[in-house]
Amino acid sequence: MNTETVATTARQNRTIGRDLIGIGAIIAAAAIGYLLFPDNLALLTRIIAIALLVLSLDLVTGYCGVATLGHAALFGSGAYAAGIAAAHYGITDPLLMTLAGILCGAIAGLVCGLIILRAHGLPQLVLSISLIYLFHEFANKASSWTGGSDGLSGISPDPLFGRFEFDLWGQTAYVFGVVLLLAVFILLRFLVRSPFGMLCRGIKEDPLRIMAMGASPKIALIKMYVISGAVAGVGGALNAISTQVVGLDSLSFTQSAESLVMLVLGGTGSLFGALTGTVVFMLFEDYVSAANPFHWLTMVGALLIAVVLFAPKGLYGTAAAFVTGRLEKRT
Amino acid sequence: MSTVFDVLNLKKAFSGLTVTNDVSLSMAPGDRVALIGPNGAGKTTFVNLVTGNLRPDSGEVRLNGETVTKIDAIGRVRRGLVRSFQVTRLFQEMTPAEHVALAILQRDGRAGKMFGNFLSMPDVMDEAGVLLTKLGLRDLMHRKVSEIAYGQQRLLEIAMALALKPKVLLLDEPAAGVPQSDTGRIEQALADLPADLAVLMIEHDMDLVFRFAKRVIVLAAGTIIFDGSPADVTKDAAVREAYLGSYANASHAA
Repeated sequence: MNTETVATTARQNRTIGRDLIGIGAIIAAAAIGYLLFPDNLALLTRIIAIALLVLSLDLVTGYCGVATLGHAALFGSGAYAAGIAAAHYGITDPLLMTLAGILCGAIAGLVCGLIILRAHGLPQLVLSISLIYLFHEFANKASSWTGGSDGLSGISPDPLFGRFEFDLWGQTAYVFGVVLLLAVFILLRFLVRSPFGMLCRGIKEDPLRIMAMGASPKIALIKMYVISGAVAGVGGALNAISTQVVGLDSLSFTQSAESLVMLVLGGTGSLFGALTGTVVFMLFEDYVSAANPFHWLTMVGALLIAVVLFAPKGLYGTAAAFVTGRLEKRT
Repeated sequence: MSTVFDVLNLKKAFSGLTVTNDVSLSMAPGDRVALIGPNGAGKTTFVNLVTGNLRPDSGEVRLNGETVTKIDAIGRVRRGLVRSFQVTRLFQEMTPAEHVALAILQRDGRAGKMFGNFLSMPDVMDEAGVLLTKLGLRDLMHRKVSEIAYGQQRLLEIAMALALKPKVLLLDEPAAGVPQSDTGRIEQALADLPADLAVLMIEHDMDLVFRFAKRVIVLAAGTIIFDGSPADVTKDAAVREAYLGSYANASHAA
């Protein structure tokens, strides 16, 4: 029993070690970003907001195997909820706005989950696409609430904790974003390692086997969708607070498809993969579109093809597999 | 003795073809029953009707006296009817410890917990350790399933089923695909199953059937044509006819 306890403790220490490395990496990346792009904090904040969307997508796609091209519905719902709370109800406290985003993201997650999970495979994908178009059209038509195609403006969040104003340079928004991302990341690390997280990984591989254990895949997946909605809602709210405007693009098919691309680029089924994919995709997009405004999309396409062909597990997934392989060889 | 598992007049037809025809059987705690039959006899359909993956046209399934015919597969598992699979269905990226821990947590209604790692749940890990030791998988408990041998995967299937603490266990060809050298381990595991557990084994390997079962049921064309002791099954004319002599002669020779 004794050696077993030692082995278990070593295992636990290793996972906690990886958590700390992850937290350290996020803080380090945030600091480097701040130093490298002090004039472009808005881009960095947007990267964080989208990273939250991609993390949220990873929960249902990477961990549960649900195919969706409509995940921005959750992100957009969060963004509009935060925006509408501020613009129409005068709820301008950034924390309350975030809370509104979380709530509406979770509700959107519940609605989408209930519909999308009725099907599997291609029909599931089609349902998700229909949903994002429905959400988009709804937001477009309800223009007295959402501003329609002009976007929802008139969002002016209060200073954070009554002290830190959302300044023109976006410093407060950036720090707020980094803190939100860290909080979400830590909670999700707990979640994916919990019995529930393990159950979801099992469902992804073989839902019938999970049923034979007496667990309901459907209920677990719907729970995961609600959580995923809350996470995407944080991202949406962050976007609304930092840009002070919510556009229809936040509820678009394009945004949904791009977030799936980012997830695949980084590697599905890993929180680090989701973060890596977002950062690489968005920085690459930003850099290439500035360097070559005519052919930047071609280059993004080429990058994607290269990754899918040569690193099918995604950038992070392939790198992680390489490192583990090396370590195992050494021992 | 009171029964723990009853099947009453179960019938199922697929577009006019009767696949399960008026099948009835009862089992008491501790029973060791083998269900055999030639290919196409309706064994798989019978298993699916019992587990709740298929709805019967008529008839009843009872667990512990409770009629579960209208209860779905998940509900039946929760009431103590657990099955193993003919082809192992394990999670390739997970370890045996995780498989068994997940089953234990699910049994206790804790698999929905969103915080805490099972590695830091001593009660779960101890129980998983004991179970895996019993099946000789202790040393492999933290290896990925994809890295362990097929025979050991079969043992893990049994471990997972036992972790759910079933009252009735359906074993669907527990030794299928296992190399001859490893079948001894599986037979040992079957012999060590809890004494109060009712076990129904679907099996082709007659040697295994004769060693394991105290009672043999033969299914042919959807009907039970024999229900009795292993000693009598090879003498039964109807059984011989159903098998065209192949198994019967083989076991006479042996």
